[in-house]
Amino acid sequence: MLQHDVLVVGAGLAGMRAALAAKQAGANVAIISKVTPVRSHSNAAQGGINAALTDRGDDWKEHAYETVKGSDYLGDQDAIEILSQDAGRAVIELEHMGVVFSRGPDGLLGTRRFGGQQRARTFFVADITGQAMLHVLFEQLLKSGITLYEEWFVTSLVMEDGQCRGVVALEIKSGKLELITSPAVVLATGGCGRIYEPSTNGLIVTGDGMALAYKAGAPLMDMEMVQYHPTTLKQNGILITEAARGEGGYLLNGKGERFMDKYAPSMKELASRDVVSRSEQTEINEGRGVNGCVLLDLRHLGRQVIETKLAYINEVALDYLGISLAEAPIPIRPGMHYMMGGIKTDVHGATRVPGLYAAGETACVSVHGANRLGANSLLDTVVFGRRAGDASAAYAKERGHKNVSEAFVADEEARIKGILARSTDGDSVAKIRLEMGQVMNDNISVFRHEEGMKKAQTTIRRLKERYARVGVQNKGKVFNTGLIFSLELGYMLDVAETIAAGALARKESRGAHARVDMPDRDDANFLKHALVFRTESGPRIDWLPVTMTQWQPQKRVY
Amino acid sequence: MQITLRVKRYNPEAPEERRSWTQDYKVDVPEDSTVLDSLIQVREYVDDSLSLRCSCRGAICGSCAMRVNGHAALGCKSKVQKLLGKDNVIAVEPMGNQPVIKDLVVDMTVFWDKIRQVQPWLQPQGPEPEAEYVAPNEAMQHLVGVMGCIMCGACVSDCTVLEVDKNFIGPAALAKAYRFVADPRDGHAKDRLGLYNKAGGIWDCTRCFECVQVCPKGVAPMDRIMALRDQAIDAGFIGSYGARHAEAFASSVEHSGTVNEMSLVVNTFGMFNLPKLLGLLPLAIRAGYKRKMPPLFHKPVEGIAGVRRIFHKAEEQQKAARG
Repeated sequence: MLQHDVLVVGAGLAGMRAALAAKQAGANVAIISKVTPVRSHSNAAQGGINAALTDRGDDWKEHAYETVKGSDYLGDQDAIEILSQDAGRAVIELEHMGVVFSRGPDGLLGTRRFGGQQRARTFFVADITGQAMLHVLFEQLLKSGITLYEEWFVTSLVMEDGQCRGVVALEIKSGKLELITSPAVVLATGGCGRIYEPSTNGLIVTGDGMALAYKAGAPLMDMEMVQYHPTTLKQNGILITEAARGEGGYLLNGKGERFMDKYAPSMKELASRDVVSRSEQTEINEGRGVNGCVLLDLRHLGRQVIETKLAYINEVALDYLGISLAEAPIPIRPGMHYMMGGIKTDVHGATRVPGLYAAGETACVSVHGANRLGANSLLDTVVFGRRAGDASAAYAKERGHKNVSEAFVADEEARIKGILARSTDGDSVAKIRLEMGQVMNDNISVFRHEEGMKKAQTTIRRLKERYARVGVQNKGKVFNTGLIFSLELGYMLDVAETIAAGALARKESRGAHARVDMPDRDDANFLKHALVFRTESGPRIDWLPVTMTQWQPQKRVY
Repeated sequence: MQITLRVKRYNPEAPEERRSWTQDYKVDVPEDSTVLDSLIQVREYVDDSLSLRCSCRGAICGSCAMRVNGHAALGCKSKVQKLLGKDNVIAVEPMGNQPVIKDLVVDMTVFWDKIRQVQPWLQPQGPEPEAEYVAPNEAMQHLVGVMGCIMCGACVSDCTVLEVDKNFIGPAALAKAYRFVADPRDGHAKDRLGLYNKAGGIWDCTRCFECVQVCPKGVAPMDRIMALRDQAIDAGFIGSYGARHAEAFASSVEHSGTVNEMSLVVNTFGMFNLPKLLGLLPLAIRAGYKRKMPPLFHKPVEGIAGVRRIFHKAEEQQKAARG
């Protein structure tokens, strides 16, 4: 049996930051990840990280207000104040660790503009900010000597007396199940983008942590708040950074018009993401698109800016479209990108299950509310990752270790044996996933209505029944990815059901949840979080008031 | 479009005689598909026992490095259409220089051990400033080029030195090493250069260009290794055979316009390094038999004055560049 004080699940930015914090607090820490840390999806964050640096004449309150407004007033303002106030420290800390942030002519950190914000306060490394941060945190992880269970897949949380006491995990290379006990577990497994097809998310982003916490009795929150990013590629859903517009790029419809003038006269292309995605979808739906897309035009930025500040997306455009951004506009459309919702935590990352913590996209503190501002997600990972690391280390110290029965492993062994014993006649994990992805993308996306969401809900239920019967062809132990996908699909179906439940319960339009049948925001009845609890008969919704400190809801205009 | 993926497979759980085999998968894929798209199609709809790593599909996570038609590449960056050979076949194998776990999945433990060897974290000197370090944007821009490395392992897969010398730190780790030496915030460049100057380090690269060729991110590891060599010499690490070889090579060309292979050997190993020099005797004898023995008396080429002028000019430029 393996034992640690704090076990972090997931080695993206939030997970590694949490592990480093817990280690610094003196805990015996391990980090477990189904992929090598630098393969984590934090990599794909491109544009940057927000911070209002006071010594540059910026004000954290401005950043906080714009985050509140961006969230369509669903974000908890106490948490948003923490996020904005801690941002400057977090960015400087990253710089000291070695992140090669872009500079101004004075050698000090440079900024670019991002959506939903009046001021340029986004710090960046070209258009590979996530990758640059992820690799630097990995360097710090190597330096720290933190134990790393690399390519281990968590199959369940160990729950005893209502407390989380560790995990059962599968070593993918050997196929062996192991019990790892720890008085505190931090879930940092990222989002659940693969529930949708297409999505900007990598194939590993399957909502593992959300599903594990949900099953353990921790409520998920605001799961209906699914962000569609305004600029993604049609054929494979790959992300084109908001920095393209931050650096001055235009969005054009099929007639060559800068249509954002109409929808957001003041902020235009840099309105918040939900607004831009809806505007694009409206243009497309009303026949002013180009083959189901609109155009992103960067030609006027010039080769120099494109090749230095936007080199990666230029590479993507060349690789997948054969287009150089300096020469022609590219077709883009809104695509599923990010989960504002997640495991409900307090500002220390604690879920409602003792011993269980969460941070990053998998958690919902909530700082993003109904719509996240670009470049706030990287900030969220390092600010709340660190806090979860601190809090979990303190909790572990206070509680100490308890013996855990090895029976947990036997249960999981039996379950996996069961999956491998099933036949694969006709149906497959891939078919079920694709159907789920399509029904979610068709019905719980940029625009929604009751009938469509109900259809998604019933489809997911039916797919869950099929899932319970489907097997995998590969019966081996070594690196059985077929088995891993089957386990991941189980997680995704559980989480998809909570998205549908939350979406149906929220009878208004707010942020990313735009209902054509209920187009207005209803503060009187729905200025509150939707908590989703697991019950035998399916998800149960409960409501929680939004924490407000200094900003009262106003009409949202960009 | 109908294509055939000819996949080299390996299953350690099969009986020994059936552990490795080549399997053809015929799939119908859209024209703009990548090798990764096609492999995913196989895995999802034909044979889920085919193991490979992949995630982002956009050449940023570094998971899907493999050999495609004999050369290391990212599956997600390899367009099917550009690769089709005879009968629309594309050959797919696991990366080289790393043991195979299953099918296209290799064990990268050694890869990461080598990364660890170069002390891959920033080591500033003195107390941290309250705000950020002040650093020129050009230096940071330059580092972004190296930080573009996604640690996919393609360069290590096709490194011709690693094929014969497991001790070599290798292109990925040395490119990572360069990233710290070139970082104005790092305070331990000299210690680092001393570390990389040792056996298995910067002087073991044979400059075959494979890593530059296969790197999917334009990191050009070999160029970084060459930059480390220059900096090591500048920092005073001139005692290694590699540094002496480079020095002897340059001075021979400067002196005569061509390489004096006799003096190259003597100057590299040292006049009194009898064991090394004697060790080369069999080679010299074989060369003699094949009439490849260099002449004993080495004469400058015609127009040597011009060659020397080029040398002086280059030296001046280098001096100016270093300030």
